[in-house]
Amino acid sequence: MSGEAVDTGLSPAPVAAADRPGTRLNRRRRQRLPIGPLEYTRHWWLRLIVAVTFALLYAPILTLIAFSFNNSRRNIVWRGFTFKYYEKAWHNDSLIDAFTNSLTIALINTVIATVLGVLVAIFLWRFRFPGKPVYEGFMALPIVIPEICMGVAMMAFFARIGWPRDLPWPLSLSSITIAHVAFSFPFVAVIVRARLVGFNRELEEAAYDLGAGQWQAMRDIVLPYLRPGIIAGALIAFTLSLDDFVITFFTAGPETITLPVKIFSMVRFSVTPEVNAASTVLILITIVATVLAMRMQTPSRSEGGG
Amino acid sequence: MNETAPIISIRGVTKRFGPVTAVDDVSLDIRPNEFFALLGPSGCGKTTLLRMLAGLEVPSAGAILIDGHDVTGVPPNRRPVNMVFQSYAVFPHMSVFDNVAYGLRVVKTPAGEIEPRVREALAMTQLEGLAARKPDQLSGGQRQRVALARALVKRPKVLLLDEPLSALDAKLREAMQLELVRLQHSVGITFIIVTHDQNEALSMANRIAVMEAGQIRQVARPAELYEYPNCRFVADFIGKMNLFEGRVVACEDARVHIEVKGVGRLALPADQIVAPAPGSEVGVAVRPEKIRLHREPAPEGRVRLRGRVSEVAYFGDASHVYLVLEGGPKISANLQNEARTAVPGVVAGDELWCSWDPNDTLVLTR
Repeated sequence: MSGEAVDTGLSPAPVAAADRPGTRLNRRRRQRLPIGPLEYTRHWWLRLIVAVTFALLYAPILTLIAFSFNNSRRNIVWRGFTFKYYEKAWHNDSLIDAFTNSLTIALINTVIATVLGVLVAIFLWRFRFPGKPVYEGFMALPIVIPEICMGVAMMAFFARIGWPRDLPWPLSLSSITIAHVAFSFPFVAVIVRARLVGFNRELEEAAYDLGAGQWQAMRDIVLPYLRPGIIAGALIAFTLSLDDFVITFFTAGPETITLPVKIFSMVRFSVTPEVNAASTVLILITIVATVLAMRMQTPSRSEGGG
Repeated sequence: MNETAPIISIRGVTKRFGPVTAVDDVSLDIRPNEFFALLGPSGCGKTTLLRMLAGLEVPSAGAILIDGHDVTGVPPNRRPVNMVFQSYAVFPHMSVFDNVAYGLRVVKTPAGEIEPRVREALAMTQLEGLAARKPDQLSGGQRQRVALARALVKRPKVLLLDEPLSALDAKLREAMQLELVRLQHSVGITFIIVTHDQNEALSMANRIAVMEAGQIRQVARPAELYEYPNCRFVADFIGKMNLFEGRVVACEDARVHIEVKGVGRLALPADQIVAPAPGSEVGVAVRPEKIRLHREPAPEGRVRLRGRVSEVAYFGDASHVYLVLEGGPKISANLQNEARTAVPGVVAGDELWCSWDPNDTLVLTR
């Protein structure tokens, strides 16, 4: 594309006055240029694929959001604009409870999973020990194990060890939180590990050389370098936890419903605009979290260029 | 501490990485205010030796003394030396000022002292205007200055430089060579530089240690190293060298007779040679710039050989002429292009004499 711009910008100008036919020739030749393999924008069918992909991705979400404002008990016909169902959702205590549970779990999970994941990543990067590949494989297993198996296993496990179920809030969320940490910290570890691969060990050695101890070098040099990876990992951990259904469904008790589980139980009766409203809020939180995380990443990303 | 006491004393230091011996029983004294170069091909152990001085590697055996104190087991953050890393290792998330200030802040230098010292180091390395820049807004040469300033601001007793110029282009490298020498004079501390570039070592250093396979082959001043190498490796590694194998056939009072394969018998003045016993195998070497080329037989009293020109490599100021001697071996000679002419004086296929002063011949027993 930029090549085209250069052609139209430069080639006619010097010859314009003296040699007009040359310009025309030039233009005709450019039209006949064969389409290169990476010039996606010049194939109509590739543009179509892009359009269809975007439509399939976002049309359902936009519909969901639009119908959360629909003034109708059913979700089929548009009957006018209203905030009624947001109000209704707001006054639905069990929905708000579920929402509070979800956010609490997601925040606690983010902190624990991020700390664990960063520790694991640094450990795997820093040390060599027998059985390291095996350990690495086991660590990454929760990423590939089907969620349903994790869910069943977690349920069986908590039942077997007799994990107390009637704890006061927020301790009642502990089993779900533990399950969430177990499946989300490997994502953090993998992301941070990938960032560490590009780390220049001489940076750390330079810190020692300049008088820093191991903790100081870690705090002043390694962690700032890892910041984009840590933020990305934390974001993944947060969203994984916030919208997890399968594992939560198996580890949740009757008093500890999360938002996805609650929405599922509401949908079983009927898809009301209230469900749409709750889902829209969930989407909004995810988007805000993502934007915040990307904002936090941007300055340090340009720093990483050196 | 008097002037002759070494600032760094390396005593029988060995470093093994698993089955590999990177540094093999090295002993070396480095004097205060020296510009010292560790020179050798890649993998000779020079960087490992430097890292042991910095404390980034711990010797497997032996001891390292800095300014009379045994620092063998002392970690890098408690040694009075600082290092300029090959990659410069400038902290990417800190400004130039913060990079230079880091070494002071991390050891809790009084706040009032930090700013003037950083300014001084920045001035010394001509970085005054760049204090607020981030490293990714700097050129390679500027980043290296930051690494230098960051090390010098600590006022180390010894500055260690690991291949500091290898990432710079040729012009900048030459300028930085001069600047490093100037800097060393002005701060008056010991510089130890690791390099694989002999020109760098010869032009900058007061003394050079040539390393090979984890051992030091020779420690000498640049001219001494170039004109009097003590072994075949140093002779071959430093500069260009015509190296032949020969055998001592007779030793007289004034002359040593050596039978050189493919060249013939040479009679060399004995005072230039560390009396090798008759029958011993020796290397006979002569530098290309010591050799003269003649159309006519060369004058008496010089080593004279006849050959045919096989190649001429033209470099502008000089040409390298390669001769195939009658006996078979090849010899190269430098021809200074003194007069201005576009017509080559010597072309491939010419039959020429070459000659050199017997005093310029090196006899190498190792």
